[in-house]
Amino acid sequence: MEKMRYSGFQVLLNGLTGNKGWRPMWRDPTPKSEYDVVIIGGGGHGLATAYYLARKYAITNVAVLERGYLGGGNVGRNTTIVRANYMLEGSSQFYSHSLKLWEGLERELNYNTMLSQRGCLMLGHSDGQMDALARRGNMMRMQGDDAELWGRDETRRHVPYLDFDNARFPIKGGLMHWRGGTARHDAVAWGYARGADRRGVDLIQNCEVTGFRIERGRVLGVETSRGFIGAGKVGVSVAGRSSQVAAMAGLRLPIESHVLQAFVTEGLKPVIDNVISFGMGHFYISQSDKGGLVFGGDLDGYNSYAQRGNLPMAEHVAEAGMALMPMIGKARVLRSWGGIMDMSMGLAHYRQNRH
Amino acid sequence: MRLKCPLCGDRDAREFHYRGAAKLMERPEAGAGEAAFYDYVYLRENPVGANSELWFHELGCRAWLCVSRDVSSHEILSVELADAVKRGQA
Repeated sequence: MEKMRYSGFQVLLNGLTGNKGWRPMWRDPTPKSEYDVVIIGGGGHGLATAYYLARKYAITNVAVLERGYLGGGNVGRNTTIVRANYMLEGSSQFYSHSLKLWEGLERELNYNTMLSQRGCLMLGHSDGQMDALARRGNMMRMQGDDAELWGRDETRRHVPYLDFDNARFPIKGGLMHWRGGTARHDAVAWGYARGADRRGVDLIQNCEVTGFRIERGRVLGVETSRGFIGAGKVGVSVAGRSSQVAAMAGLRLPIESHVLQAFVTEGLKPVIDNVISFGMGHFYISQSDKGGLVFGGDLDGYNSYAQRGNLPMAEHVAEAGMALMPMIGKARVLRSWGGIMDMSMGLAHYRQNRH
Repeated sequence: MRLKCPLCGDRDAREFHYRGAAKLMERPEAGAGEAAFYDYVYLRENPVGANSELWFHELGCRAWLCVSRDVSSHEILSVELADAVKRGQA
């Protein structure tokens, strides 16, 4: 298949010729009988893994098996925020590295992921919280990321529409992480898919893994709805279904799956420049390029695979939004959805080596 | 989501606190060893269909409940007093 490079010129050319020149972004291959590596799950992480195996490690005899369509799972059910303002060992380096990947990704993939480094602001409401934010900011800077501690006046200058005098959580300042922001979640899946396909990775959609073939502790391949596919190694990247896929390989995981809701309002004129997180209210908000306010809150708090939450959390999120930003009450919510999170029991990254 | 508490009747889920998998009732003996406690604290079946769970009727009778709930639809399948379940097991 002809490999098309995207550019402003292509947009102009195709615009003038009836948009007849565009080609499919990836092939639709029939699965081979065997691969060096099979990755289960065609979402953000599965596709990125396939892409980096091919580009960085020159392992191209790779298949990504997707039960539905590429990017149709939880990579398309989030609120598009990218950031490296974590603090704990292990998590912190992971997000720091991710953000650096984001920064060169569009050029590398020749694909517009709509990365917008508009800044992530975490709010503080007491002396103790401001100390904690200062500490977090120092730790972020120590590992080479950026953080600016803002006092109350500086915070008010940037986000004057927040309620600074809320009785319970008056805003005392914030920690701004300018390199954080938003990116189009679908585009990252598509961009990685296109990049992996071009390097020879087979992206196989409508192919559900139904079991593992394991002999004497070694995986030989996977049983799928499209027949057996042999594999030297198998990776599993199926957020929201990890326990079920792992169970087919006889593994029990330290995971519970929970639902996290998000909401979008009607399109409004530009009002929120940054991503603002109001941790005390379990609330965060940003504004999409289309103008909708995108916001969410905490986990519903019980196991769920339903991809939708319940009204008590919707009410809690609305209340937190009103407390932070009273004018949000005039906006109308257009839609809401739930993404499924595989939460480890310690609510942190988890690693285990099996021998 | 509403839960039918055996003592209080049909109540809004907001009255209840979710604690986690019902296997938390089966705590290993003190000397059971690291593997048993690792299993108890961390490992979960995390099924797609009916899940056995512990809920606490915090804003009601304050009873601990064993709830079977379909985690794909949020449908409550059964609610029993945890105390009764524990006695039944003994």
